Amino acid sequence: MAQEQEVPIADSRPLGEPVLVKIRGLHFSRGDRKIFDGVDIDIPRGRVTAIMGPSGTGKTTLLKLIGGQLAPDRGTIEVDGLNVHALGRRGLYRLRMRMGMLFQSGALLTDLDVFENVAYPLREHTRLSESMLRKLVLLKLEAVGLRGARHLKPTELSGGMARRVALARAMALDPMMIMYDEPFTGQDPISMGVLVKLIRQLNDAARLTSILVSHDVAETCAIADLVYVISGGRVIESGPPEQLRESGSEWTRQFMQGLPDGPVPFHYPAPALEADLLGAAV
Amino acid sequence: MKTSKTVEILVGAFVAAALLALFFLAMKVSNLGTLDTSDTFEVVARFDNIGSLKVKAPVTMAGVEVGRVSSIGFDQERYQAVVKLAVYRRFDRIPDDTFAKILTAGLLGEQYVGLDPGGSDTFLEEGSEIEITQSAMVLEEVIGQFIFGKAKEEKQ
Amino acid sequence: MSEMLARLGAGWILAVRHLGRSLLLLLRILEGVDELLRRPRLLVEQLFSVGVLTVLIIAVSGLFVGMVLSLQGYYILSQFAAESALGVMVAASLLRELGPVVTALLFAGRAGSALTAEIGLMKATEQLSGLEMMAVDPVRRVLTPRFVAGFIAMPLLAALFSALGVLGGWFVGVGLLGVDDGTWWVQMQARIDWNEDLSNGVIKSLVFGFVCTWIAVFQGHNSVPTSAGVSRATTRTVVHSSLAVLGLDFVLTALMFK
Repeated sequence: MAQEQEVPIADSRPLGEPVLVKIRGLHFSRGDRKIFDGVDIDIPRGRVTAIMGPSGTGKTTLLKLIGGQLAPDRGTIEVDGLNVHALGRRGLYRLRMRMGMLFQSGALLTDLDVFENVAYPLREHTRLSESMLRKLVLLKLEAVGLRGARHLKPTELSGGMARRVALARAMALDPMMIMYDEPFTGQDPISMGVLVKLIRQLNDAARLTSILVSHDVAETCAIADLVYVISGGRVIESGPPEQLRESGSEWTRQFMQGLPDGPVPFHYPAPALEADLLGAAV
Repeated sequence: MKTSKTVEILVGAFVAAALLALFFLAMKVSNLGTLDTSDTFEVVARFDNIGSLKVKAPVTMAGVEVGRVSSIGFDQERYQAVVKLAVYRRFDRIPDDTFAKILTAGLLGEQYVGLDPGGSDTFLEEGSEIEITQSAMVLEEVIGQFIFGKAKEEKQ
Repeated sequence: MSEMLARLGAGWILAVRHLGRSLLLLLRILEGVDELLRRPRLLVEQLFSVGVLTVLIIAVSGLFVGMVLSLQGYYILSQFAAESALGVMVAASLLRELGPVVTALLFAGRAGSALTAEIGLMKATEQLSGLEMMAVDPVRRVLTPRFVAGFIAMPLLAALFSALGVLGGWFVGVGLLGVDDGTWWVQMQARIDWNEDLSNGVIKSLVFGFVCTWIAVFQGHNSVPTSAGVSRATTRTVVHSSLAVLGLDFVLTALMFK
């Protein structure tokens, strides 16, 4: 594994518990850009694990790789012991039924109302009676506090409400894990608070494994058990949030504390100022 | 938002209207409504010149359609056109010395086969041949004859 | 100069890639047909959005085209004292050419662009991704019903167009210009062949339906998931469909009408 002076190697299984998602040697490029350059990650069961890093480091891509929507150039991803990309289409679809995913925008189906959106996976994949289905949907909506909104259309919902409905939908089939793609981005403080509370509560109450992708340090660290910090296609550091905040790595500290300048410089690379001002041409 | 019942009704109405339109087009606009699909028997007639006669051209007698041209061939030994006529079975009393000519419908119309009855007591049946035929009038020849005739007149 | 050639070559390769991608998509769409037959509700909904909502523009256009054909045709035919052939002329033009072709062009503009926009928007708002993560194949669920609906709707719409066109033509020819009512219909029925004219027209509109809907759903599925990307894709649907219809019309006409 690559050794760089001030960047400690990621410690696998820091919490010493069984691992649900095992990523080894992940390499992935989009066009010429190398997004992941040898990444190893362990997501422990029953915990909230956060994947953090600056914008554009491919955090959403990682979720798509875990869910099998994208295939890595090299490396393996195992979910619950199954190699995601070695599964045939049916196997993959069956695995996806055990995974829930919350997209950044909610990704609700716009031609269905809230109730039908949450009912969708149940209608697709189960043969429950209509009354049984109704009870399940209402319970899921109750868990996210939106049972009264069940007849609204997605266009009538605020961003935060849409995400909660999407969360209810992701929970519909009682999955073993849920992936959250930037759930806190662009939320007002109250909806943020609601989401934070929901994510943690659901994780514990339903004994889920949650994978949270975000760059909102404060909110994420409030609920995460384990944090992986990714930058430049590598895992920079990992561990419980408190440990990272006091990290020996300057980079990690800059990220966690939101400092404007440090290993990630304020200035975009440019020649010296005097040369630009006094020199000829642009 | 339309209820699903309304949607279903409208889709059903759409499909029904379109099928009705199709039916209208088939029956009232095209010749499907007047198509005669009765059984036919085949009769042969040889012509020196069929002009622009085409397959499926009507075969008439006294102006009434009694059949259709079913195929047009060429006899390489007698250098004649071999025209097969499909006559509807119900016209089973056409004398076998009937005279077949190729006529033109209207001034610029399509060509068809016209039958003039003979007086024989035996009738046309499957495989019969019409012995006496008259070829199509070719416009150039008629004009040529006319001019030739005119020229002769003036000479005299 | 060599740069221009290189770009031309790259453009061709891109076009071939797109063709390949659209063919693969078509295969996936067709795979979902038997699943669709088990859920007729999806097909009905799409027939509504693609068929019923297009009826108005088709009907009005058909009526007017028929009327104009009759008007123009009368003036031309009357110069040869051949007004009695007006019915035949109107009907033949509609059934063989204008019915299938104009319907297809209108369809591409109204229904095709709507399909592309809808699918593109679903892609941009991650709904297609969402379906995938819910273990539902978005191609089978979203694209197949729309494709089959377009294919079925096209000949139906063309039939409505032609029928209304004939009626419009009759109204102008017999009602306004004084062509004899009996002559109009009898001549038409004598000369318009159900096989040559009608079924060839139906075959044309089936082919157009297949191609236009295929282009529309492919462009939507392949669009760049931004608002600019969706709008570009919609434009491409209309342009490609129109060109394809006109090109195919030439080929089909040459094959069918000798």
